[in-house]
Amino acid sequence: MKNLNSVFAAYMIGWTVFFVYYISIARRTSVLREDIERLKNSLNRGK
Amino acid sequence: MKKSVLSAVVVLLLLGAAAYGSFFIAPTDAKQGLIYRILFLHVPSAWTGLTAFFISFVANLLYVWRRQPRWDWLGVSAAEVGLAFTTVVLITGPIWAHPVWGIWWTWSPRLTSTFVLWLLYVSYLLLRTLIEEPDRRALLSALFGIFAFIDVPLVFGSIRWWRDQHPTPVVMGEPGSGLDPLMYRVLFLSWFAMLGLMTLLLRQRYRLESMRGDIETIQRELEAA
Repeated sequence: MKNLNSVFAAYMIGWTVFFVYYISIARRTSVLREDIERLKNSLNRGK
Repeated sequence: MKKSVLSAVVVLLLLGAAAYGSFFIAPTDAKQGLIYRILFLHVPSAWTGLTAFFISFVANLLYVWRRQPRWDWLGVSAAEVGLAFTTVVLITGPIWAHPVWGIWWTWSPRLTSTFVLWLLYVSYLLLRTLIEEPDRRALLSALFGIFAFIDVPLVFGSIRWWRDQHPTPVVMGEPGSGLDPLMYRVLFLSWFAMLGLMTLLLRQRYRLESMRGDIETIQRELEAA
């Protein structure tokens, strides 16, 4: 089982990169959704 | 919503099958032993990253031609997704290289051109943060994206045209190069799963960019009111 740690590390780091990236998209989307709601309300108040 | 959950489940199942195949179905390499199994993450990530950059390239060309915001949104989304996959390539490569070559990194044509590709797309994303006016930002970044894509054929050809420490291509290489048929099947299953993941990420990222477009429109309306 030589190099098992390296294989494990490569897969763990690789999947962590994809997972963190997915979370970052989800967070940015949620922030923008709130911004859109806020801006729509401002627009409706202005009309 | 149901459709997106279903597609996420399908992609997760595909990724699970690919991981199972990588560890338990593909035979162990006679020369490298266990460490070669990084190939089933490293190579499909590289192919998928290049596919995403190609999508970005086509979207950038279409933006320059048609000037429709949706091509700008697709261009930046695909560039960012491609960058995530290339980051995985640049991390997993040295983890494989250290036990096999005895060094983490060497400035060989394949490694250097891949690193330059990563830098070019980081610059592409940085450039977008520096320009506020949407149409100008879209046009300049589309032109830069077209320029950045020039490095992709260099990455592809680097291990075919020049002597390189990087292993020879496993697909479309010289006679005698390649893999065991079972390894090929696992490799292509892994690539298929990665393409599924890319599609999922790209769809989410595109939605985010279209929301940004909506915000810019609302802000313009507010300023005009």
